[in-house]
Amino acid sequence: MRDTTSLLPLVVRDLRLEKDGRVLLDVPVARIQNRKRNVVLGPNGAGKTLFLKLCHGLVPPTAGSIEYTSPRPASEIRRRQAMVFQKPVMLRRSVRANFTHALAMAGVGWSERRRIAAETMAQFGLASLADVPARVLSGGEQQRLAIARAASLNPDLLFLDEPTSSLDPTASHQIEDMLEILYERGVTLVLTTHDLGLARRFADVIFFFHNGRLVEESDTQSFFNNPKTVEAQAFLEHRLFW
Amino acid sequence: MLQDATILSSVLSMIGGGGGRLLEIVLLSLGVTITAVSFAGLVGLPLGAGLALARFPGRTIVIVLVNTLMGFPPVVAGLAIFLLLSRSGPLGGLGLLFTPKAMMIAQFVLVLPIVVALTRQTIEDLWTEYQDHLTSLGAGRLGSIPTLLWDARFSLVTTMLAGLGRASAEVGAILIVGGNIAGFTRTMTTSIALETSKGDLPLAMALGVILMSLTLAINGLAYGISRVGARFSGKS
Repeated sequence: MRDTTSLLPLVVRDLRLEKDGRVLLDVPVARIQNRKRNVVLGPNGAGKTLFLKLCHGLVPPTAGSIEYTSPRPASEIRRRQAMVFQKPVMLRRSVRANFTHALAMAGVGWSERRRIAAETMAQFGLASLADVPARVLSGGEQQRLAIARAASLNPDLLFLDEPTSSLDPTASHQIEDMLEILYERGVTLVLTTHDLGLARRFADVIFFFHNGRLVEESDTQSFFNNPKTVEAQAFLEHRLFW
Repeated sequence: MLQDATILSSVLSMIGGGGGRLLEIVLLSLGVTITAVSFAGLVGLPLGAGLALARFPGRTIVIVLVNTLMGFPPVVAGLAIFLLLSRSGPLGGLGLLFTPKAMMIAQFVLVLPIVVALTRQTIEDLWTEYQDHLTSLGAGRLGSIPTLLWDARFSLVTTMLAGLGRASAEVGAILIVGGNIAGFTRTMTTSIALETSKGDLPLAMALGVILMSLTLAINGLAYGISRVGARFSGKS
């Protein structure tokens, strides 16, 4: 079913975002590999969210390039990736309609939409909530809906901005399970967090940001055991710095 | 001196006795107002949403202009439409002056800016919430309009009620373009104006009471429906 020729790796070069002369984001080079769990780590205000938004194409960069390996038209690249935002956007509709709306926007036909929606809701334990208005769900349920909704679009690449930051341990655990399922299905994940535990458990690759700059990109083990930069060391030791 | 009992008995006698003419006036008023507001909604909701999302030079000026037109004096609007529709005017050939259609046009012109301005504000607020998600789905600004209009539906009921209020309370414009012809273009508000100047205050008051009761009923109904709908879609 899935087209196996991946868009990835995604290579980012000399990416800069400036506003009013201030540099908000500066990424000399970053590679997002196919079928990896990528974690973008860093303190608040480090530029993690901006990095995701630029990669996803929501914010145009001031300079630099974001290139996918396989040459495809921009519209197809857009369709093969999805993003879940820190504060999940819940349409003022039922849970089911949140799915069918997203699928409709992706150009999926009417009956196919309902089938995929039902299937995805069943997969992620949302079937009993299908007719509930999305906005009365709990925080954890909303986050699950947002991730499942993105997953229903069958993306190659899924960006998640702080997917567990505002959830209790049980809810975060459910989210981590969902992400594992998606990973095993072959979805490349890029998520931001400031939660060291999550990063250690989950990540294959760490992108560490500080003050808008990508200062370190390494595999998880070497990042935690042997951080190359002072900033990363300080962050791991919970020392405040600025 | 005007007494409550006189008004009350006037109301009762109007509703009870000589009901034919009263009913005619009430139905004409409702017909004109509801038609005008419906058309203003059909045109104004998409237009307001478009204005919320479109980016073009002079957009700010357009917004200020539309906001200003919310307070367009009805008599001035009436005069302008009178000039357009009068025999020697550019649209004189249509023969619409002093007909219910002319009154609908006048109310449409008065209600449209209210619908556009309030829709623009509502949709712009919702867009700030939905922008990332809809852009991520590849909807684009114009493609987002249907989603935003549907998701703002309960706020937009209030917008339409504001338009309805303007239309049903309006007298200056429809008096000028409709002519207050008995049995043809005489509405509740124009009757009230006429009866007051004739000195038949109880009758004028009675009509006023009926007009306000109808407005109350329509607003109550619309509010009730939108509250029930809002509860079912989880907008607290």
